[in-house]
Amino acid sequence: MKKLDRNQMAARVARDIPDGSYVNLGIGLPTLVADHMPKGREIILHSENGVLGVGPRPAPGAEDEDLINAGKEAVTLLSGGSYFHHADSFAMIRGRHLDFCVLGAFQISLAGDLANWHTGGADAIPAVGGAMDLAVGAKQVLVMMEHLTKKGESKIVERCSYPLTGLRCVTRIYTDLAVIDVKPDGLHVVETVEGLSFDELQRLTGVPLKRLLTAA
Amino acid sequence: MIDKFFPSVEAALADVPDGATVMIGGFGNAGMPAALIDALIAQGARNLTIVNNNAGNGDAGLAALLKAKRVRKILCSFPRQADSWHFDALYRAGEIELELVPQGTLAERIRAAGAGVGGFYTQTAFGTRLAEGKETRRIGERDYVLEYPIHADYALIKADRADRWGNLVYRKTARNFGPIMATAAKCTVVQVREAVELGSLDPESVVTPGIFVKRIVKIAASLPLRSTSQSKAA
Repeated sequence: MKKLDRNQMAARVARDIPDGSYVNLGIGLPTLVADHMPKGREIILHSENGVLGVGPRPAPGAEDEDLINAGKEAVTLLSGGSYFHHADSFAMIRGRHLDFCVLGAFQISLAGDLANWHTGGADAIPAVGGAMDLAVGAKQVLVMMEHLTKKGESKIVERCSYPLTGLRCVTRIYTDLAVIDVKPDGLHVVETVEGLSFDELQRLTGVPLKRLLTAA
Repeated sequence: MIDKFFPSVEAALADVPDGATVMIGGFGNAGMPAALIDALIAQGARNLTIVNNNAGNGDAGLAALLKAKRVRKILCSFPRQADSWHFDALYRAGEIELELVPQGTLAERIRAAGAGVGGFYTQTAFGTRLAEGKETRRIGERDYVLEYPIHADYALIKADRADRWGNLVYRKTARNFGPIMATAAKCTVVQVREAVELGSLDPESVVTPGIFVKRIVKIAASLPLRSTSQSKAA
């Protein structure tokens, strides 16, 4: 089978984001999606710290300490972009104005519960940022993650063992092995990577999957 | 005549008492009022409760205030970062209390305080560990958590330009928590890059109207430009 690498996963997510969408990309892996937006689509990126119309990273030496994204990386502003304060920024999130957010995850449950902010370790210092607001606020919550942990265990589970970020909030899962929709009646496999059969994906995944016609 | 400009950061913060609750603007280093924080450290107030999105980056600003052990408790959304070593050490030693608040809930609790709202219901954190012990309510088809306002004695924020009435405009993402913190404190103290004549700010573009501002200090030089790319966290 041909597992997707990080950039291929990002490109796969980007393909599903239509022209005219307002999108928040979580820190880490989801940030890569910005680099793969299909040409010809006008997609407006939102950043929690008060930006609509986030542009590409600036040229070396052109960074501005007052213009950063939620990951505190230097960015630029697209023509037509705007700045606003934090309460307005989270009104956009919580008020269901964002079409999509793309988040990373430690685990996702059969019901679409998301765990992505805390490993639950006793000595871990917790940090949640805007993840819980995005999980309940965006119209579509897309999750992008590797299908299996480093130990080979499925990150899609019956019930999350890590502390939850949000309940029944994930709408679609993109992994290095498959694209899976979360629906009220279960997990529907939309597609699998080349050379991976539905049965093999089912064997690797901890919970029952449903087969869509388009799955390999 | 109204003139909210103070001659120095020392004068602007002279009356901060021990045990005060102090909001500090900024998201990472963007919008962090470094001159005011340095003055607060020098002023010596102890046992402070701090409200900020983060818990200090590197060794300067809020991180230095923590290192000086002036902070009893911090309310923030994202303490753990690659360069939050001063907070991490205090937290692991049990020397600082942490109230972790989702970022949007933090912003709205601040906004609620400034707007005289006694509380609000939010879907954020419902069913998670951060809602444990909190009142919940089902409204329509959704479940909500009751959250209360965060009031402060002082808010220390950074803006780009101010006039003597305290009207403020900000610069890019340095705005972040500034406008809402300005509304939520009894005494809002602003560090600005530029003082302008009354009437020279476009009234259509004033972000914080002067009613929310008590004291302003003009700081000639802002923080040196530094790379922010090492710190990957929100």
